Order: sequence, then C-alpha cells, then structure tokens
Amino acid sequence: MSVLLEVKGLTMDFGGLRAVDSVGLEVRQGEIVALIGPNGAGKTTFFNCVTGIYTPTGGDVLVHPPGKKTRRINGLKPNVITTTGMARTFQNIRLFPNMTVLENVMIGRHCRTTTNIIGAVLRGKRTRAQERETIEKSYRLLEKVGLAELAGEFANNLPYGAQRRLEIARAMATDPFLLLLDEPAAGMNPQETHELDALIVRIRNEGNMSILLIEHDMKLVMNISDRIYVMEYGKEIAKGTPQEIRNNPKVIEAYLGEEVHA
Amino acid sequence: MQSFKKSVFVALWFMFLTFPLLVVRVNTLKGEVEWRWMNMLWVGIVFFILSYVWRAALERKGQKKANNLDEDGEEILGFRQRLFQDPVIYRKVIAAVLIAAVIFPFVFSSYQINIMVLALIFVVLGLGLNITVGLAGLLDLGYVAFFGIGAYSYALLNTLYGWNFWFCLPIGGLVGALFGVLLGFPILRLRGDYLAIVTLGFGSIAKIVFENWDGLFKGASGIANIERPGFFGLEMSLEQSTIYTYFLMVLMVIFTVFVVNRLKDSRIGRAWMALREDEIACVAMGIDMARTKLSAYAFGAFWAGLAGVIFSARNTYINPNSFTFMESAIVLSIVVLGGMGSIIGVIIAALALILMPEYLRAFADYRMLAFGGIMVLMMIFRPQGLISDVRRKYDLSALQKKKEAKT
Ligand SMILES: Nc1ncnc2c1ncn2[C@@H]1O[C@H](COP(=O)(O)OP(=O)(O)OP(=O)(O)O)[C@@H](O)[C@H]1O
Ligand SMILES: [Mg+2]
Repeated sequence: MSVLLEVKGLTMDFGGLRAVDSVGLEVRQGEIVALIGPNGAGKTTFFNCVTGIYTPTGGDVLVHPPGKKTRRINGLKPNVITTTGMARTFQNIRLFPNMTVLENVMIGRHCRTTTNIIGAVLRGKRTRAQERETIEKSYRLLEKVGLAELAGEFANNLPYGAQRRLEIARAMATDPFLLLLDEPAAGMNPQETHELDALIVRIRNEGNMSILLIEHDMKLVMNISDRIYVMEYGKEIAKGTPQEIRNNPKVIEAYLGEEVHA
Repeated sequence: MQSFKKSVFVALWFMFLTFPLLVVRVNTLKGEVEWRWMNMLWVGIVFFILSYVWRAALERKGQKKANNLDEDGEEILGFRQRLFQDPVIYRKVIAAVLIAAVIFPFVFSSYQINIMVLALIFVVLGLGLNITVGLAGLLDLGYVAFFGIGAYSYALLNTLYGWNFWFCLPIGGLVGALFGVLLGFPILRLRGDYLAIVTLGFGSIAKIVFENWDGLFKGASGIANIERPGFFGLEMSLEQSTIYTYFLMVLMVIFTVFVVNRLKDSRIGRAWMALREDEIACVAMGIDMARTKLSAYAFGAFWAGLAGVIFSARNTYINPNSFTFMESAIVLSIVVLGGMGSIIGVIIAALALILMPEYLRAFADYRMLAFGGIMVLMMIFRPQGLISDVRRKYDLSALQKKKEAKT
C-alpha cells in the first residue's frame, strides 16, 4: 500500500508553549487512521499544521498524491493544500451559516471548476455544463451523507449532527484522496454516532478516500480504525493497531485506564 | 398593562428631565420666576404616546418572529418575498417599471430628469458597493474614491486629449478596477475595524489628491467644459441631451443588474459569499482568499468607475467636493438600507435616499437628523434591510427523479 501522507518530526511552538513536539505519522492508501489523546494534547494543532492553517515551526509534511509527484507542503496556503487533495472538517463547526446546504457543498467544488468572471457573466455552454455538474455532484454527496432532503435549508438551521455530516460532504466535494476529520462525532447521540461510524467506513470503501480522524469516542475509534496514534502533551506516546493500543500501559495511564475499555 | 406602566414611567422621567428647561423660566425683566406647567403636561403626553407606540412596535416584531413559522417549521413567505419569487407577479412588476421608466422623461421636466439621472448613478454605485460589502462582506468606507477616479479619468482624457465619452466609459471602469486592486493589496490581511479605518483613509487621500494636485486635477476649482455623452456626432439640444443621458443611465442600470445578478449565481459569487461567511473555512475549501478579495474590490470599484464617467459627462463640470466622505456614507447606507446582497432592495433604497431629499427641500436642515433616525430604526426593526436577499432555488427535481428510478 502506498503512503499518501508522511509527517516527520512535526513541531509547533506558540511562544513558549510547544503544542506539537516532533510528531511523526503516516497514512497509507485506503486506511482509516485515528489520532487520539486527552484534551489539549495538540491534535487539532497537528491538523492545522498539516492543512496549512498554521506554518509548523519544524519538521516535514510530505504528500504523495496518487499518480503525481511528492510535494513538501509545509507553509503552503490552505487552499493550495486542499487543491493537492487533502480536505478537512473542523472541531468547532465552520459551515457557511447563511448559505443553503447545497451551496455549502457547491463551495467545495470551487477548486475543481474553472469558470471566471467573464464566463460567469456570459454564461455560455461550458459554464452552464459546469454549473450543472457542480449541482449534480453536490447533490449526490448530500445523498451520501443523508442530507438530500435538506438541500434548500440554510446551514445554520440544521441540527448539530447534520451540520457535522454537511462538513464531511463539503470536504468530500473537493475530490480529496485524504479526508481529515476533527472530532466528527462530537455532540452526537449514540444513534447518530453509530450511523457516522458506518458512513466513514462507506466513504473509505466507495469513495476511494483514506481517512485520518481525531476522535474522543473510543468505541468509534476502536471499531473502524486500522491504526491509531496517541498523543499526550504534544508528544506521540504510542502507535499501533487498536488491539495494541488497548493494551498499551502508557495509553492506559494517559486515559486513567477508563475509556480505552469502553 | 406592563407596557402601559413603563410608558407612564418614561413620561414622568422625561417630565422630570425637561423640568428646568421647559417649565422654569426666570424673567429677568420683572425679576420673577415663571412656572409653565402646561409645558410639563405636553411633555408628559407626547413621551407617553411615543413610548407606548415604541413598545407596541417592538412587541409586534417579537410576535411576528414567533408566528412566521408554520407547523413544519417552514417560514411563511411574506408578501414582499412572494413578490420577488413568484415569476408571474415578478414579470408584471418589471414590465410596469420599464414602461414607467420609458414614459418618465416625456412627462417630467428636465430638472427632474436630471435628478433622476443622479439617482440612477447612485443605483449603480449601490449595486457596485453591494458586491464588495454585501456579497463579499468587505467593508469599504472610501468607495467614493473610485467614483472620483472614474470621473476624473474621463474629465482629463476628454479635456486634454479630446477622447469621446463612449471610448472613455470602459476606460473609466477599468481604471476604477485597477485602483480597487491597488487598495486591495495592502488590506488583504485586515479585518473589521482596521479595514474600516484604512478604506476611510483611502477615500480621504483620493479627495486630498484631487484638491491639491493643481497641475493635473486643477485643484479646488475643478475641471469644466467636459463633453456630454454623444450619439454618433449628432447635434443635440440641452434638453435632448438630458433625455439621452437619462436613457443611457437606464440602460446602464439594466446592464449592471444583469451582470451582478449573473455573477451572484455563479462560482465567483458563491466564493464571495463564502468569504463573507467564514474566511478560514473558505480557504480550507480550496478558495484562494487573496484572489477572491481582490476581485471583489476590483469588481465593486469597476462600477464606481463607470458611474464616475457618466457623472462627469452629465455635470460637464466636476470638482473634489462631489467626492467627499458624505457620498461614501450615502452609498453605504443604500446598501445597508436596501439589504445586504439584495439587488432589488439596493435599487429601491438608492432611489429613496437620493430622490427624497430633493423633493423635501423644505426639510433640508433636518436631512441628516432624519437620515440618522431612519438608520437607527432600520437596525432595530429590519436589520436585514428593506428586502432580504432571496437565495436562489436550485431545481433539483430532475436529480431526485433519477434517484427514484435507480431504486
Ligand atoms: N493559536 C494558538 N495559540 C496559542 N496556543 C494554542 C493555539 N492553539 C492551540 N494552542 C494550545 O496548544 C495546545 C494543544 O491544543 P489543541 O487544540 O491542539 O488540543 P486538542 O488535542 O485538539 O484538544 P481537544 O481534544 O480539546 O480538541 C493547548 O494547550 C492549546 O491551548
Ligand atoms: Mg481539538
């Protein structure tokens, strides 16, 4: 299996605080990889460094897009990184609240479409075809995450769980080979979490996408991950299969021995 | 009852506050104090009524919000919304407006036509600023600078080189857009208050340059003898020319509405809106923020440039006093009053704000007072503007059917 994302010795300092301390991580084709750790461990900061929201203080972030040449993406702008094929969701939901559900997903198509100002004004054949394709693709994604009925609703009118799924659909609209999900189950009830679990696996199997996710819900993580990385205080303290992580004494200590067995 | 009590209290409070001013008067001639109790009574009555009406209005507003949802939680569309969504009503209204616009110059005097041309210029300005502020969410308090730049471009090109109106019209727009990009670059990273200050400064700088660069812009005395818009070299009387400018401006408004409307419902327009909604999510979804911001500034400025060219051709004379902060503020109010992002709202607001003061000259002294009062009332009762932006409905029925066929 080819490696898609390769992070080596990633470090991020905020003033005197080292939020991420030389962390390494790999995601291979077709994998679901989880990144776990207690609150404030630096997981979101790690995501922000990989997706270009922050420029890491040190280390390398290498992407190997399938069929294209390897790229070091440290310090590139977020939109450039998304265009190379990695899309993310946010822990504190960041939808476009006053746009409709469908439009939110259509925004994701922006970097894969080409209409410019003149094309948009003239609205020629090509533009119309592209627009139709954008709408159709976006609608299909909404069907996939189960939001098709709500296509015309404003994003901020959706219930919490639906907003999280909409973020996933929007990220998928950018045609990524790797999806980065930051706590996709946060705030969901057990039923919704269970459905999300199935959805993530389905995305991996049908969508030809690999997934890197941060999650606190141990049941979900243990169920669906191929491999797990554990962080604490910015450092990577363990990595391995769910079975190995479950029995790792360091991890049990970090979690006070409770949640891992949940 | 609650509001009755509160209103009584407000009235008493104002009676107390105004007591020294309106009731007590020391008559220095006779050396005695006059007690004008009647005044106190009037203050009490007036403030009681005002306060009562105010409270009732607020209450109604609250109720409306609660009632607007039917049992499915769907919003019941008000008449205004229906007006702009139902294509049958919509087309009729547009046809009526167009007919009125064609008849207008043959019914009214040239003075009134001239004012209408000015109002239409502000419609174009409003629609232009609506792109920057309403769609892309980038505050711009110096918008009038681009208007001035367009106006001076034509004035100079015409008086110095004799270039004609039609040739200069696109040039004015492009020069405006160019300066839009120039302003955009330094403020790419700014937000909120900082953005407000820098754009405000840009507007002032433009005016100061027009005023003080005597060599080029003729300073405060301005540039005169600018050519009116021509029609294949046809000789026109002043009145004919006014009518001609009017129709030109009507076409210009139609053109602007057409272009802005198409952009709004396109990949570009959606990117602008996404930028307004959430910058970080916007870049994380692959949108180039710098390019999107610059295009929003440039495109907004483009319309100001065009409007500027027409403005100087209509006036045949311009000086820096036409391009003060006041004009920026008016255009911004047009956008806010009309409803951020709403094309029809902006048109109505522009006509109202420019025409009303012209026809209510008697109250000219109170213009700013009324202006401020209206803005405050708007912010309280209709913060979304006169007409809230109607989101485009996408026709998904074909897609939905396909799905049913599959299953
Ligand atoms: N922009 C920032 N500036 C300064 N400190 C920051 C910044 N972002 C994060 N931190 C700090 O870095 C540390 C790691 O935070 P981070 O958000 O990455 O944790 P997390 O693992 O995602 O936690 P959670 O599970 O609560 O989401 C925290 O101590 C946090 O306060
Ligand atoms: Mg986090």
